[in-house]
Amino acid sequence: MPRFTAGDDPGASFPELLRKVGLDAFPRGGLSTSDLAALPHATTCLALTYDGGVVMAGDRRATAGMSISHRTMDKVVQADELSGVAIAGTAGPAMEMIKLFQLQLEYYEKVEGQSLSLEGKANQLSMMVRSNLPAAMQGFVVVPIFAGFDPLIGRGRLWDYDPTGGRYEEHDFVATGSGSMLAGTVLRVGWRQNLSRDAAIDLASRALWEASDADAATGGPDVLRGIYPIVASIDATGWNRVADDSLVKTYETIMGEVRKR
Amino acid sequence: MSMPFYVSPEQMMKDRADYARKGIARGRALVAMQTPSCIVIVAENPSTTLRKVSEIYDRIAFAGVGKYNEFDQLRVAGVRAAELRGYQYSRNDVDARSLSNQYAQVLGDVFSTMGPKPLEVELLVVEVGDTPANDRLFHVLYDGTLLDEKNYCVLGGDAEGIGKRLAASYRDDFDLASAIKVAVAALTGTDRTLAAADLEVATLARTGKRRAFTRVLDDAVANALR
Repeated sequence: MPRFTAGDDPGASFPELLRKVGLDAFPRGGLSTSDLAALPHATTCLALTYDGGVVMAGDRRATAGMSISHRTMDKVVQADELSGVAIAGTAGPAMEMIKLFQLQLEYYEKVEGQSLSLEGKANQLSMMVRSNLPAAMQGFVVVPIFAGFDPLIGRGRLWDYDPTGGRYEEHDFVATGSGSMLAGTVLRVGWRQNLSRDAAIDLASRALWEASDADAATGGPDVLRGIYPIVASIDATGWNRVADDSLVKTYETIMGEVRKR
Repeated sequence: MSMPFYVSPEQMMKDRADYARKGIARGRALVAMQTPSCIVIVAENPSTTLRKVSEIYDRIAFAGVGKYNEFDQLRVAGVRAAELRGYQYSRNDVDARSLSNQYAQVLGDVFSTMGPKPLEVELLVVEVGDTPANDRLFHVLYDGTLLDEKNYCVLGGDAEGIGKRLAASYRDDFDLASAIKVAVAALTGTDRTLAAADLEVATLARTGKRRAFTRVLDDAVANALR
């Protein structure tokens, strides 16, 4: 059982605790940049605000160089009750970062007896991205999006990050990953103030469609295998993943429109 | 040079045990009880911020009586031990038995060798299972004695009297409200009453949700006591 003296106590920080017991989550060095292309990468994630919350979405494809390494990757995951995180970048460190981030939020809540504020959570993630900086300099970049509902001000908020841990709050929408230009453009054209939840989900689905249409590393809806992007909304009631059945209909509509172009 | 007085080990252990027991007896008591739908923990605690009952892990809760700063440190150490194990292995590998063994070791060490004084705490580590038969209630005493309890468990001042009252009224088919009512009646006895605001109530629900721990709000407790 880990016990510390008052001056040595790692407090409510889980990564700090890991360091104290010799399990550093962000080890230095190891791989050379020439190995990089062979490692799985995750792409295109986005988030946008709507009236009362945020919608997050991400495709399911992971690529290693020119091949598809995984078809059902979960790049958008729930972080806690009122927030979610999405990742693009090298899959290994990115998955580890998400796991650590989820643990940290719950750990803080249990140790301190209350949840972090949404801003505090965004800040925590920024520190984790910064801890990954030495690896990022070697090319193992992880760029997350963090979004959630802020009960203190009663609306959805979202943040994107750069590989150095820079944290930027966006008001409308954000996209990250190799298809972010395409997805971001669709969002830029389609986003309006006070979208409804359904309209926001529809816009997110379209943005991913256009990204997958022109970016090889982004997966589109896979009708053959029944794999659809992960789309979820977060509002005052919490995290709500959109069911695949409902995405099937959304994408049938989109594909119908594309055929008529 | 002055010679220290000789104190026999028996006497030293007895003094330490008396010291710890006195400290614990001053504190208010708590009761944990198995029901078909959950494990419910009812503590007498007028504070709404300094908690006696808290969440350790997905299906594990912690409760302490005695000196707050001492059991709260142990609570945090327990959260850390559980989270580290879950991080290194899997969430399924975290269990109450191993955790309470670690607690027993810490308390035993401080009691017999390491500390200038024993810790004035008693701890309860409970884990909810899919059926009441798979529930675990571990009671750790100030000297590291580890007890595996069944049905219900009482910690703190006047544990004996409360235990007797509870033994007379306990049934294994209580719903949450009647379990709270019976627990509070056992805590108070006949000559006093406790309001919802003087109680801290939490449950570990048998619903299969990942995080089983929930605090029962004052309104719900007041309803149960009505």
